[in-house]
Amino acid sequence: MTTAVAISFVVNGEHIEASVLPRLNLADFLREYLKLTGTHVGCEHGVCGACTVRVNGDIVRSCLLLAVQAHNATVETIEGVSDSGEIADLQSAFRDRNALQCGFCTPGMLMAAQDLLKQSLSPNRQQIREHLSGNYCRCTGYQAIVDAIETTVRTRAGRLP
Amino acid sequence: MKASAFAYARATSVANALELLTAHGDKARVLSGGQSLLPAMNLRLISPELIIDIGELAELRGVAVKEGVLTIGALTRHVDLLKSSEIAAHAPLLTEAVAHVAHPAIRNRGTIGGSLAHADPASELPACMLTLEAILIARGPGGERRIPAAKFFTGIYETALGPQELLVAIELPVSPGSATHFFHEFARRHGDYAIVGLAAQAVVRDGRFADLRLGFFAVGDRPLLAGAAGKLVDVAITSGVLSGALSALDEELDPLEDQQATPAMRRHLAKVLLARCVSALLGRPDLLSGATA
Repeated sequence: MTTAVAISFVVNGEHIEASVLPRLNLADFLREYLKLTGTHVGCEHGVCGACTVRVNGDIVRSCLLLAVQAHNATVETIEGVSDSGEIADLQSAFRDRNALQCGFCTPGMLMAAQDLLKQSLSPNRQQIREHLSGNYCRCTGYQAIVDAIETTVRTRAGRLP
Repeated sequence: MKASAFAYARATSVANALELLTAHGDKARVLSGGQSLLPAMNLRLISPELIIDIGELAELRGVAVKEGVLTIGALTRHVDLLKSSEIAAHAPLLTEAVAHVAHPAIRNRGTIGGSLAHADPASELPACMLTLEAILIARGPGGERRIPAAKFFTGIYETALGPQELLVAIELPVSPGSATHFFHEFARRHGDYAIVGLAAQAVVRDGRFADLRLGFFAVGDRPLLAGAAGKLVDVAITSGVLSGALSALDEELDPLEDQQATPAMRRHLAKVLLARCVSALLGRPDLLSGATA
């Protein structure tokens, strides 16, 4: 009854085929099978946001998605958006603003922040806080994180024609 | 924690999902967005033998308006409710409420049908269904059943859905153009489950309520359509009338104790919300004296 299920999907541009038990969540699949350990596992019940990845372009909790549910989907992890250069400015701003601290929440914060910046050209601090409200930082570095995102909003706006 | 082992079936159609439910009944659980089901499984609160994944049944997704009725497919995601111009136009209370449902990454997966079938008494959408007089449409081996929201929620995580039934759609009457609404919840963090919340819709004429529906949530084992509203309809609202309504609300509440609040605190917050709601909908700040939180 609980036999493995064949799945096929794209992770960071690479086609992946695997056979997984239904109970395996996407976060564990990414970390343990693909060694994409940038996606962090914190609470495992959808509260902390450390496991945030993109599935078909939308951010989701990879601890609340079974790997079998990602069948036929396109998944992007922090490694993918980092290697492509998509969030290089955001990462620099996090470094410059000391928004990293222990770093555990950082991948999820970056995924959530980039999601907001794709949807809104000029979010204010309140909107930034609301969009990140599903991501915990146990170092409580929120002020610096919001600063870094606000800085990125300004630099990206400056690049517009 | 991790979920315990289970078998998995990806439903290929509503008929196929119903066949699986008929064969496995209460040993199976339906997975749509999974944003409430998977935490419950990860915390080992439930351990179903079979997961029936209906996530790919596109026929259950979408919003349509026809002849004064707004029909929402059960698999419509929170993010789609939030962005829907039909819902903003015809059930604006729902648009406002969905902004309080969890966080963006969860709203991208969670569905209205999943939230209603899960029936967490602290969640926003069940109370909205009571306020908006929704009909929940369930399909089972014997065909389709239309269940009024007032009869759908029967307890904590309990609904009128049978083990072989699937919630397929929700119907809402289009809100009258003259209607106004109020939504507010007290929560530890924006997007968390409410400590106490209120989803209200009203028709105000000449400074009086011609109609008022008050859907409270997190005040008991299921959402509550407060009878106290009756004290406020078709009368001139004075602070005395409001006090009477607050007492009537107190009588009908049966709040639960949990880590977030005592029953006394929930009673207090529910009354604060009622006073704020009446004051906001009538534009009467004078009614708020003494009602603070």
